[in-house]
Amino acid sequence: MDNSFSAPHYDDTEPLIVHVPALEHHSTPQHRHHFETEEQQREAGSFGMWLFLLTEIMFFGGMFFAYLLYRNWYYPAFAAASNQLSVPLGAINTAILITSGFAMALGVYYAEIRDRKKLVFALVLTTVFGLAFLGVKYFEYKEKYELHHIPGDKFSVAMFVNPHAYELTKDEPPLAPDMAEKTQVFFFLYFAMTGMHALHMIIGLGLLVWLIARARRGDFSTGYVAPIENFGLYWHFVDIVWIFLFPLLYLINRHPLK
Amino acid sequence: MSEHHIGAHDPLNVTNPEHADHHIVSPGQYVLVYVTLLILTGVTVGAAYIPLGVFNPVVALLIACIKGAVVILFFMHAIYQSRLIKLTIGSGFFLFLVLIMMTMLDYMSRAWGAW
Repeated sequence: MDNSFSAPHYDDTEPLIVHVPALEHHSTPQHRHHFETEEQQREAGSFGMWLFLLTEIMFFGGMFFAYLLYRNWYYPAFAAASNQLSVPLGAINTAILITSGFAMALGVYYAEIRDRKKLVFALVLTTVFGLAFLGVKYFEYKEKYELHHIPGDKFSVAMFVNPHAYELTKDEPPLAPDMAEKTQVFFFLYFAMTGMHALHMIIGLGLLVWLIARARRGDFSTGYVAPIENFGLYWHFVDIVWIFLFPLLYLINRHPLK
Repeated sequence: MSEHHIGAHDPLNVTNPEHADHHIVSPGQYVLVYVTLLILTGVTVGAAYIPLGVFNPVVALLIACIKGAVVILFFMHAIYQSRLIKLTIGSGFFLFLVLIMMTMLDYMSRAWGAW
């Protein structure tokens, strides 16, 4: 065996080229060095986003559970209070939010096919429908404020104790004063749940403005889709929360039983 | 050995179960999902006005679950994701079920008003 060691011979006329396989993956600027492939990076991002959404499921889940218990305890109050919400406005808002989600889904598609203009357009549409949703919500909240149906010391049970005196509630059976007080529990949950939902939308709209600015710059039309895709996951999650809120809050007792 | 790359011809992730094939959902499919969601919204409202007794909330929740599943599977691309992501999503809903079940057990088995 030849154990002799000879120093590597460098030819001064040729430049030294070092091949590091890991570095050769760096074909795109968004690819971070600690991910083997861009696909792995993308999946790690999705995984993280989904983990965040799981905490959101638990967060909203707590409120949904509170709703479940109190609805069983104070069902007459929940039914009477729920009937004070506007089904047309709720249904229109559901359609608006689904449309916003549809625009967002198209946004992900246009980012994938690297169409900068259509991506920006889809994101703007998402924002517009999101704002429309909050606009409708504003008028709903305003009506509740005027009727003194916001929980607190200004809350009025008059409409539930003596419904026949009110145009809107002539067919409602009157509630006993102690049960009528429990309509506050319904409205508390209504404002807590739709309020937290609206807060998520406001945060989402803020992120959308930032994403639109970056999309206009062309950040997401060169194959870098992850921010659009992960924001899409968040936006669709907010949609799903509303999909459950709408029937649970607005449609409790629209079918008076004899 | 050359079959071990993450390729377009491995939709079931047989060669590399960790990674899902990158899939782009077509706008046509999004339109289909969108129309389905709008129709189901109409069905929810319609069903609420039909007196079904205790089944009214059941029907409402069933439709909401279908809508939620459609959004998760197609708008959120869950159906095209790797097993890791699918399992993550599943575990989230499982944990939510545990939350409901455990609290309901306490709620239903407590001697309310007997202390």
